[in-house]
Amino acid sequence: MKRFRMNLERQKALYGIFFTMPFVVGFVLFFVNPFIKSMLISLSDIRFTQTGYELNYVGLKHYEFMLFVDTQYIRKIVDAFLQTLKDVPMVISFSLFSAIILNQKFRGRTLARVIFFLPVILSAGIVLRMERADFVTQVLMNSELVGAGGPAVFSDAAVRAFFEQLSLPSSFISFLMAAVDNVAVIIRASGIQILVFLAGLQSIPASLYEAADAEGATGWERFWVVTFPMLTPLILVNIIFTIIDSFTAGNSEMMNTIYDAVSLSSMGYSLSSAMAWFYFAFVAIVLAVVIKIVSKGVLYHQ
Amino acid sequence: MLPTLRLRRIWFRNIKHWPWVLVRTALLVAISYVIIFPLLSKLSTAFMTESDMWDATVRWIPRRFTLENIQLVIELMSYPRALFNTGLLTTVVSVLQVASCTLIGYGLARLSFRGSGLITALVAFVLVVPPQVTIIPQYLNFRFFNLYGLLPEPGINLIGSFWPFVLMSVTGMGIKNGIFILIMRQFFKGMSSSLEEAAYVDGADPLRTFLSIMLPNAIPALVTVFLFAFVWQWNDFLYTSLFMSGKTFLTTMLSRIGTGILTPSIVTLRNNTGMLLLIAPLLLVYVLMQRHFIESVERTGLVE
Repeated sequence: MKRFRMNLERQKALYGIFFTMPFVVGFVLFFVNPFIKSMLISLSDIRFTQTGYELNYVGLKHYEFMLFVDTQYIRKIVDAFLQTLKDVPMVISFSLFSAIILNQKFRGRTLARVIFFLPVILSAGIVLRMERADFVTQVLMNSELVGAGGPAVFSDAAVRAFFEQLSLPSSFISFLMAAVDNVAVIIRASGIQILVFLAGLQSIPASLYEAADAEGATGWERFWVVTFPMLTPLILVNIIFTIIDSFTAGNSEMMNTIYDAVSLSSMGYSLSSAMAWFYFAFVAIVLAVVIKIVSKGVLYHQ
Repeated sequence: MLPTLRLRRIWFRNIKHWPWVLVRTALLVAISYVIIFPLLSKLSTAFMTESDMWDATVRWIPRRFTLENIQLVIELMSYPRALFNTGLLTTVVSVLQVASCTLIGYGLARLSFRGSGLITALVAFVLVVPPQVTIIPQYLNFRFFNLYGLLPEPGINLIGSFWPFVLMSVTGMGIKNGIFILIMRQFFKGMSSSLEEAAYVDGADPLRTFLSIMLPNAIPALVTVFLFAFVWQWNDFLYTSLFMSGKTFLTTMLSRIGTGILTPSIVTLRNNTGMLLLIAPLLLVYVLMQRHFIESVERTGLVE
C-alpha cells in the first residue's frame, strides 16, 4: 500500500507537470518576451522606425522623473490603493449577497440573472471605451444622470432636494449622496464576482444542507456552517480579481495616466512603460500580502 | 416525523418567508433599475431621429420612431459578415481557453508537484499586467514570429490570421485567462476528494480520474468561465484591431462607424445603435447558456 502511494504521488506530480505545461510554454513565449522588451523600453529612450523601434539606453531616467519630478505619480498610487481598500469589502459582500438571492427559486429568476449579467458585458472592451468617448450622451444626460467620476443613476439635485425636505443635516446628506453614487459603481463592478459565486453555490453538495437541516439549523446557521465555508476558496479568487480590477480598471486615474503618457512626448512610450512597471510591482506586492492573509481563512473541503 | 407535523412546519416556514420575499423583490427591482438605466437610454436613442435627440420634450419614447439607424448601421458595419467573423473567432477562442485553463487549473489544484506554487504565483502576476502595456512588443512578436530565433529570419508573419489568438488561448495567455485558471484551481481544490481517492484505488490514472470523475462535477465553473471568455473576446478591440487589422469584425467596424461625421449627435446615434447590435447576440448566448446550465445542474443533482 505504501509503495502504491509513493507511485501514485509520483504519477500525479508527473501529470501535474504535463497539465500545466501549456501555461509554462505560453508564459515563456508570450509573456517573458514582451515583458523583457517593455522593461528595456522603460530603461531607454525609444524611437519608432519602419521595422519596429530603436532603443537608446538611459538607465533610470524615466523612473527618476516620475518619482521625483512628477509630483502627481506617488499621490495617484496612494489614491488607487485607498480606493481598492474601499472597493474590495463592498464588492465581495454585495456580490455574495446577490449570488445567494439569484440562487433562490422565484418567478422571473431568468430575467434577473440576465440583468445581473449586463455589467459583465458593459464593463468589457469596446463598450467601455465607447462609453467614455460618448460625449453627446454625457452632455445630454449631464444635468440628470452623469455625475463626476462615473455614471450616477439618480438625479443629484432631485435626491438632494428630497433629503433636504426631510430636514436632515447637510453633512449627512452629502454622506448619503456619496453612498448612493457608490452603490451604482459597486453594482457595476460586481458582475464577474456574482457569477463566480453563483457557480460556487450551484456546486455545494445538497447532502451538506440536508445534514444541516437534520440538525435543525436555521437559515442563518446554514449560511455560516455550510455556504460560507464552502465558498471560501472562491472568495479568495474574487478578492484577487477585485483587487486587480480595481487597480487596473481602464477608467481609473492611474491607468489613464499611464496611457496618456504615451502621447506626452516622443519619449512618452518609455515613460509610460516605466510608470506601468513600477505600478504593477506595487500591485503585485499588495496582492501577495493579501493572498497570504486571506489564504489562512480558506477552507478546502477534503 | 408525522405527516401533519411536517406539513405544519412547512406552512409555518412559508408564513415566515413572506417578509423576505418582499424585501428580496424590492432589492432586485432597485438593483435592476440601477443596471438597466444606462442601457435603456441607449436603446431608446437607437430608434430616434436626430431631431428627437435635441427635442427637450422627448425623453424615453421617440416622437418619430424610426428603423433607419438600425438599417444604416447594419450596412455600415457589414453586419452579417462581421457577425460571422466575430462569432467564429470568439467560439474558437473561448472553447480553447476553457479547455486549457481547466487543465492548467486542475494541474495546479490536484496534481501538485515541486514548483506548482510558483506557477500559481506567476498566473496571478500575468493577470496584474494589462495587455495594453505589452501590446507593442506582443504585436512585433507575432509580426516576426520566430520562437526566440528557432525559425529562420525574419520569422513568420502571423498577423491577419487566427494564429495569434489560437496560440495565446491554447497556452492560457488570452484576455484575463489568469482569472480563469485561478477560478478552476480554486474550484477543483474545494471539491471533496473521496471519489477521486476511490478512482485511484481502482487503478485509474490521473487523466481518467480528471475526465470522468472531477470534470462532470465542475460544469457550473466551466460554463461560467466559458461565458467570461466569450464576452471578453466578443467585445475585444485591442487585440482584434491589431492582430486582425483591416478585417471585418464587429468591434473594429463599430469603432469606425462615426468617422468622418462632424455632427456629434449623429455619431452618438450611430454609436448607440451599433452598441446595441454588438450586445444583442451576447445576451442571446447568455440566455441559452444559463438555461442549459441550470437544467444540467438540477438534472444531475451534482452529488459528490
